[in-house]
Formats: sequence, structure tokens, C-alpha cells
Amino acid sequence: MKHRVLRLAAVGVAAVLTTFGVAVGNAVAKDKMVIAVPTFLTGGGAPAFGIPARNGTELIIQAINKGQVPAPYNTKGIAGAQVEAIIYDESGGGAKQVTEYRNKVQKLGVDMFAGFVSSGTCAAVTAVAEELKTLTLYSTCGTPRVFEELDKNPKYVFRTMSHATADGVSLAHYVASKFGSANGYTGINQNYAWGQDSWRDFDLAMKVLAPQIKGSTKGQWPKIFAGRYGAEISALLKSPEDLVHTSFWGGDLEAFIFQGLARGLFKKKQFLMSVAGTAAYRLGKKLPTGIVLGSRGPYGIYANQLIDTPMVKWFNNAYVNRYGTQPTQPSYQYAQAILGAKFAYEKAADANGGKWPSTDQVIAALEGATFQGVATVVRMARSNGHQGVTDHAWGVASFDKELGLPVVSDVMHFKGDCIMPPNGIDSVTWLKGGMKGAKCD
Amino acid sequence: MVQLLFTILTDGLIYGSYLFIVAVGMTVIFGVQRVLNVTHGSFYAFGAYLAAYLGGIWYDHELPDFGGFVIIFLAAIIVGVFFGILIERGLLKHLYGKDEHIVVLATFAAFLALEGVGLFIWGTDPYFFYQPQAMLGFVEILGMTYDYYNLSLIVLALIISLAIWYFLSRTIWGRLLRAVIFDREISQAMGVNVTAVFLGTFILGTTLGALSGAAIAPTISVLPGIGVEVIVLAFAVVVIGGMGSIPGALIGSILVGVVRAAAVHEFPQAEMFVIYAIMAIVLVFRPEGLFAPPAVRKI
Repeated sequence: MKHRVLRLAAVGVAAVLTTFGVAVGNAVAKDKMVIAVPTFLTGGGAPAFGIPARNGTELIIQAINKGQVPAPYNTKGIAGAQVEAIIYDESGGGAKQVTEYRNKVQKLGVDMFAGFVSSGTCAAVTAVAEELKTLTLYSTCGTPRVFEELDKNPKYVFRTMSHATADGVSLAHYVASKFGSANGYTGINQNYAWGQDSWRDFDLAMKVLAPQIKGSTKGQWPKIFAGRYGAEISALLKSPEDLVHTSFWGGDLEAFIFQGLARGLFKKKQFLMSVAGTAAYRLGKKLPTGIVLGSRGPYGIYANQLIDTPMVKWFNNAYVNRYGTQPTQPSYQYAQAILGAKFAYEKAADANGGKWPSTDQVIAALEGATFQGVATVVRMARSNGHQGVTDHAWGVASFDKELGLPVVSDVMHFKGDCIMPPNGIDSVTWLKGGMKGAKCD
Repeated sequence: MVQLLFTILTDGLIYGSYLFIVAVGMTVIFGVQRVLNVTHGSFYAFGAYLAAYLGGIWYDHELPDFGGFVIIFLAAIIVGVFFGILIERGLLKHLYGKDEHIVVLATFAAFLALEGVGLFIWGTDPYFFYQPQAMLGFVEILGMTYDYYNLSLIVLALIISLAIWYFLSRTIWGRLLRAVIFDREISQAMGVNVTAVFLGTFILGTTLGALSGAAIAPTISVLPGIGVEVIVLAFAVVVIGGMGSIPGALIGSILVGVVRAAAVHEFPQAEMFVIYAIMAIVLVFRPEGLFAPPAVRKI
């Protein structure tokens, strides 16, 4: 009888262990970890962001599994576990993405998320990530509202690059330095969170850094994916301001460039294009010469052309060999987030005596840490150590006929501490208060 | 002031022409078949994709620039005939006489399926077909630069509207069409081949939808999802002008185009609002639209 009870108990324990195999594995070691990677695979966001992001993810994960990433990431897998990525479509809006997020956690049991292009998606899933206690690294989405309004005391959510305020502030620095005698600036931005935030931050930063250059109150606000900009181009041609700011991206950016080129717009106005780096290689010779081109950091064209580290060389060569085109900013940003995960899990595993770490241990390892991304160092130095601070670069675009590629010149680099609000203060308050505490030396 | 008015009018006419070219095919189909065809957005997208794809091959081989214009019409005809027959014979013929809501849902389902087909065929990379627009150059009028390609859309819209008017009022096929519009059953009883009229009308509407996409392709980046935005705008124009009314589509397009252009120049934040404000106002005072005759119900 006693033996029978023991046998039953053993079977029961075995069943429980089998059922919760992953949990048991957590305490010792793990063969495989699963990362859910949302990005745009369909719709207007796919060509400029989604596909380069997917490519960057596939490339870095396969290299991690084979131990081919240069130091300090030249060990196989993440803390010994081979990585499987579930790359899924970010299209469809916030409600759909919340459902997708829940499914990936509750049905598939993924270990973590890395990715998200759209600020709208990040805004939608932040609360769910905290609710489901799932480690989530935002790689690309720019809105500062994530940690300034939606999740002021984050635990499970991190962002592994600077937010959009850094784009506006660094661009204003560049304009103040290079176009200080311009007579004014206007803008054309998509009429949703990204476009409005981009204009707001640039406008506020300009008021601090170049108050002699006046901003227009008649900027253009076409709907996202409008596709036709005839009247807007007329209004810009008619406007008295020399400078035009735009955060257009994707098909909207390319359509706007085609329509503007046909009317000589880029010869009459100096354009400041904060995301033009995503389209540079696709447009090639059609990229307007002389535009100030942004890549949301030292990614894409800036890394490919100007950064000579073993990591960037390897990433660029591997990407070009595999996909036949140059990597752009989302490729770098997604790979950066995956490297952030590898860094955090391995640091936590080391602290855990080599055993697979718990999520809390991974969070503790990443909070406030500094790790090497593909093209830049990431310091998790804002929002209780959950918001990354990364450097930025701006320059002027042209097409190099010998290389057969677009290039940047007249480049200026900006340190993250110069262009991001200090810890504990939100972007708008910081900008309106004269950007006190910025370290630009 | 003169320059501002001229600019608003010109911008409005260009945008209105674009809207008309997009919406007229949808109007023709609804006028004859009472089908609110959501797949129209797919025809626009496939027209744009095929034109950009063929254009890419053409220009890669450094063939004469004017060939791009031939490709625009060729792509429209290929897409129009193929999808016209496929959708009308494969889907709609089974739904004639059914509740209009079911037909809308069926075309919406087909639209979603065709989005997937488009992705399967063309992938997610954008296609560029800028050469026809770049080739024509630009002109300066009253201090404002306009490109000839966009100005030519006004001419294309005029030609389409005149051709449809001539077809409907001066040809035997047009009279047959009007007879079917007026009363399908009587027409059938009088020996009109309604099936052929429906198929011909649908191919015409499909070709116009594809032509709008092919004609716009040189001014945009052709990529997944371009048909979605278009269908919403086309629907707004059709509702404003009156469901099935071709003069209504023309006037509605110009009205929307000019009012939107005025908003862009003077109240940029309101540019999309004004389009739907016009639609709402029209629906309040003339629920059937500006030019559609009051509907007669058979009892």
C-alpha cells in the first residue's frame, strides 16, 4: 500500500513536472527560448520598417544561435538556450495587437517580446505587458509617452533606444549650427501621434536653440497614407519659410518625394527629413540631393558609411550578402533589442550561478545597465533604468555615382545626454523649460 | 489673392480629377448593377502594381520613355478584363437579387482576399514608376510650379466623363444600359441580354478602377495597402454625388477637391474633416446624394 502511494505520488509529480516543464527548466537550464517579434509584415509600414526589421531580427538570431556575432556576443545562443523567434504582423491597430500579445503569452508561452515599430502599438500594449508580467523590449517605437504618461513606474517594459524627443532636439541643434541664418521653418507631418509629437518636439527645441528662426503656424497635416500631396506642395511652395520639417515615412515619404521632385520643391526649400534614412537606399538616385536626412540615431546609412567597428562591419556584410541591400535603421534597432536581451539574460544567468534566470532577475540585470548595440552603446539611463539613451547623427544626403549608393556628408554627432531629457522630467516640460540639464560638451 | 484663388482652384481640380477617375468606375457599377463594389480598391491597387511592374521592366531595358504611357492603359485593360470576368462571373452572378448588404460583405471579403493575392504576387517591396511624371517636366503659372503629369489628370478625367456621356447617350449599347438601369426585368422581357450587359458594365467599371491606379502609379510609391485609402475616398465621392450618378461623381469630386484644397491652404488641420463634413451635410439635406434621382420602389 505504502509503495503504491509512493508510486502514485511519483507519477503525479512527474506529470506536474512534465506539464510545467518550462518552469522546472527555468530553475536549472534551458534548451530553447522563444522571443515574440512584432513588426509590420503587411500594409504601408512593411517596406520601410517591417521587412528591414524582420531581416535584421532573422540575421541576428541565426548568428546568435551559431555563435557568429562578434564580441562581446560571441557565445552560442542566449545563456546557452537556442533562440526561436516568432515574427508576427504588427498591422491591424491597437486592439488587434493587444489580442495578439495576449495570445503569444497565454497560448504560446513566449519568454519575452522584442520589437514594435509603431508608437500606437506600444501605447496599446504597454499596460498589457505589465499586467501579464512579460519582459518586453521596445526596439523602435518613438513616442515619449510610453514612460512619461502610460507607464511611469515600469517593471516589465523597456525601450532600447532614445525616444522621439531626441530626434527633434538633435535636429534643432543641427539646424542652429548649419542653417542659423534661415528665415523660418514650416512643416508637413502626418496627422497622428508620431507626426504631431515630432513637430512639437522640433518646434519647442527650435524655440530654445535657434529662437531667431521663426516657426510657421500653418504647417501641413495630411492624413497618414494620404498618398496625394498636390495642394500641400503648393502651400509649401507658397510659404515664405526656407526650411521644411517632415517626419514622413514609408510610402507617404516616397510619394511625397516623387510629387515634390516633379515640381522642383526640393530645389526651392531646404528639407529636414527625420526618417528619410528608411527610404534612402530604395530611392537611390531619386533621393533629393541636399536634404538633411535622419535615421533616428546612428543607424542605417550613418552606421553603414561612417562606423568602422567589427560589429557594424559584420552586420553590414552579413545583411548585404543575405538580402542584397543595405540595412536601414529598423534592421539595426531590432538587432539592438535582441542584443539587449542576450546581454540581460546572460548577465542575470551569471549572477544566478549559471542557471537560467527568472524574469525578475533579467529585469534586475537590464535596469540601468549599459550594453553594446550593433551601432551604438545603449545606456538604460532614464525612467528608472527602463528607457535607453543612445547617440544621434544628422547630415546632408546625396548620391555617390561611384559607389552607386546614397551617402551623407557634413555629419554632426550628438550625445544622448545632450538630446534626451534628464531622468525624472518629461519631454515637454524639459523643452519648455529651456532644456536644462542637457550635457552637450 | 488672385494667385491664392488660382492655386486653390488648380489644386482642387487636380485632386478632384484624381477622385473622379477613382470613383467613376464604382459609380458605373452601382448605377447599373446596384452593387456597392468594395473590390474597387483592389482593382486600383492591381492596376497600379501591374503598371509599375511592367514599367519597371520597360525602363530597365532603356526603352523609349513614352512607352510608360502605353503601359498605363495596357495595365488597366489587362487588370480590368481579367478581374472583371473573374469577379462578375465567379462571385457577383451568384448574388444578384440577394440583399445588398450581403453583396457588400461578399465584395469586402473578395477585397481582403485580393489584398492577400497582391502580397503573394508582388511582395512587400514598393514599386516605383516615376518616369512618365518626370519625363513631362513642369511649368510655372502665376508664380506656382505645376507638373504636366498631374495637370494631365484633369484632361484624362474630362476625356473619361465625355466618353461615358457619349457612350450612354449616343450609342445603342448605352441605350441598352440605360434600359437595364431603369428596369432590369422589363429589359429582359424585351430581349435585352441582361447577363451580357452586367458583365460588360462590370468589366468597364473594373477597367476604370484599374486605370485610376495605373494613372496614379507614377506619382506614388506602389506598396501594400494603397487600395484601402482609395476605397474610402471613392465611397465618400459616390455618396456626395449620388449613388450611381456619373454627373454626380464629377461634381462631387470637384467639390471635394476644391474645398479640400482651400482647407489645405488656409486651415491645414481641417483638410480631411472638410471631406466628411461635406458628405455629412449632403446626407442630411439630400440623403440620396446631390444628383441621384429619388429612388422608386416597386411594390
